[in-house]
Amino acid sequence: MRALIHIFVVFISLLSSAALAQPLTIGSKLYTENVLLGHLAAQSLQDAGYPVTHNEQLGGTRILWNALLSGGIDVYPDYTGTISEEILAGQSIDSRQEMVTALSAFGVGVTGNIGFNNTYALGMRREQAEALGIETISDLRAHPGLRFGFSNEFMERQDGWPGVSAEYGLAPLSVTGLDHALAYRGIASGNIDVLDLYSTDPEIAFYDLVALIDDQQFFPDYDAVFLYRNTLPPDAVAALERFAGAIDETAMIAMNAAVKLDQRDDAVVAGEFMDSRFGIVSEQAAIGLWPRFVQNTLDHLTLVSISLGMAIIVAIPMGVLAAKVRALETLLLGISSILQTIPSLALLVLMIPLFGIGALPAIVAMFLYSLLPIVRNTHAGLRQIPAPVMESARALGLPNSLILRRIELPIAIPSILSGIKISAVMNVGVATLGALIGAGGYGQPILTGIRLDNTALILEGAIPAAVLALLVQGLFDLVEKRIR
Amino acid sequence: MIAIQNVSKLYGQTTVLAGISLTVPAGTTLSLIGPSGCGKSTLLRIVMGLITADEGQVAIDSEVMAPQNRLALRQRMGYVIQSGGLFPHLTAHDNLTLVTRYLGWRVDQENQRIGELCDLTGIDETLLARRPGKLSGGQAQRVSLMRALMLDPPVLLMDEPLGAIDPLVRYELQNDLRSIFRKLSKTVLLVTHDLGEAAFLGDRIALMQEGQVIQDGPVRELLHNPATAFVEQFVTAQRSPLQDL
Repeated sequence: MRALIHIFVVFISLLSSAALAQPLTIGSKLYTENVLLGHLAAQSLQDAGYPVTHNEQLGGTRILWNALLSGGIDVYPDYTGTISEEILAGQSIDSRQEMVTALSAFGVGVTGNIGFNNTYALGMRREQAEALGIETISDLRAHPGLRFGFSNEFMERQDGWPGVSAEYGLAPLSVTGLDHALAYRGIASGNIDVLDLYSTDPEIAFYDLVALIDDQQFFPDYDAVFLYRNTLPPDAVAALERFAGAIDETAMIAMNAAVKLDQRDDAVVAGEFMDSRFGIVSEQAAIGLWPRFVQNTLDHLTLVSISLGMAIIVAIPMGVLAAKVRALETLLLGISSILQTIPSLALLVLMIPLFGIGALPAIVAMFLYSLLPIVRNTHAGLRQIPAPVMESARALGLPNSLILRRIELPIAIPSILSGIKISAVMNVGVATLGALIGAGGYGQPILTGIRLDNTALILEGAIPAAVLALLVQGLFDLVEKRIR
Repeated sequence: MIAIQNVSKLYGQTTVLAGISLTVPAGTTLSLIGPSGCGKSTLLRIVMGLITADEGQVAIDSEVMAPQNRLALRQRMGYVIQSGGLFPHLTAHDNLTLVTRYLGWRVDQENQRIGELCDLTGIDETLLARRPGKLSGGQAQRVSLMRALMLDPPVLLMDEPLGAIDPLVRYELQNDLRSIFRKLSKTVLLVTHDLGEAAFLGDRIALMQEGQVIQDGPVRELLHNPATAFVEQFVTAQRSPLQDL
């Protein structure tokens, strides 16, 4: 009996340890260093026995933080300065202990510092800075004519441009927001003069830029850490804590350079670090063009077909109701019009609190987006049926449902079909934005291409997306010709 | 028999029909005539149950039209309108069989009925494979008449059935219609604005003015014994081609 209980206990603990090996999802921000840290966490957790999904370049701080809170992701890399100044803005965080306490109120844990400080800095071309005699941020005050170009997140953050400009009393004539990777192109080509730097960016050396001295000590420390959900099992946390003090500034700049300047695959670069530092060897092969293309195509088609299919199922009845029930006409057309006026990017991001990240929120956003053309064209198609036709149909003594099915909808089909065509073509385009919230598709190589300043990668997403839009258009044109 | 009792209809403040009572005995044809806007088409739509009267009632073979029996009563009336009444997306054949298919007729029943009606209306059966857009005006109206007669209804309602047909074809169709009405002894209510057509096809003529029936009787009575000055004016306002010679 005792032995039986013993076996039972072992069995249960085996079961629960199997249950513990739950799949984990890691998120990373839009820039290379964060993606690399995401790969490192993923490979370390895989080594600890967890199946891992890495949602690369999911978005900015807000999106990742909300995804972490909603459980869409379990882990993501962030920086202490960002946590205290941006995520916990409004609470005064003066020590690591205060940060740990404040984060645990959200059910979030934080690992020890990874070992490097990736602080913000303002940078300029060395020769221009020297020519103008600019060494510190304060020196910029004397040159309001310089063109400033900052990453979009920096433009918004309290520890970014709003804070810097207030602290230093800067009021330049020209300030533009743009993607961080593009800012380097901008400064190299001379289109902007001042940009925000991450101090571990390898481009600083590559483009011969100087970081201006933060003479008022405005920027806090940005020590890299991993944030994780407190529900994470202890051995998974241990797999993250492994990185505490493991990567210094030089090592991080080297990895960043390998990816950004030498165009090497980020997972492979992370894998090499894992091997040399911890002796953890894993299969990290760069994914070839063809399988990547097939995967992106499948993802893209899935997004478009599911969202369009749902829209057809919902929007045609909505259009019929709008055409038939006068009391609902304004309401239904109004709702679908309003949905359409929301910028597609905003609609996608609005879905995150409701549906988390990944394909689902993208599909819901695209579904909402494609309602209007179908609703409006169904409504218009039914309304345009000539009065004598309707009168004759009713005079035959047929019930309304049969008239709708056999007379009205068939006559309205060309109009409905052209509404579906508009939605389909539009969806192919909107779906490229899905990559921003982890939905994959042709947007993924575009996003990575922007991050790595790699035109070939951008085209790898842009060309198939354009071709697909044309194919969809052509397919519908063919069907339209057929039914006429 | 069609019995219209005290039917009134208002559109907003405008009185379209003011207490109309008319009877069309079984097997006879009544021509409704009058100037544009006198309410004759509205009256026809009320008989068909397409519009509801504000007051009064309509009975078909002493069955009073009500929401419950509206669909059934419509199937006992054939309806032909001026033009555009055929379903543009269906072939002429499918226009004819839409209602019989709904009522569950067998294909051989349908084909037999279509054969009979082709003979009756003088249409070439091969034309039925065409869509309405590929038929001439006269052919389309013959198909409309066939569709109205598919279920062999006792009552026919026609709203300017020949209004958009050119004169030669109209002349021919008027002859055909009269012989069909007589042969089938249908109860017919026909709206027209042409006195000659009204007299040729109708056993009686009801002349309407501003929502009221001014005079109702055989054409002779309207000609020789006009009830009002308006009736006299209306029946004499017909131009003969020989008038100015």
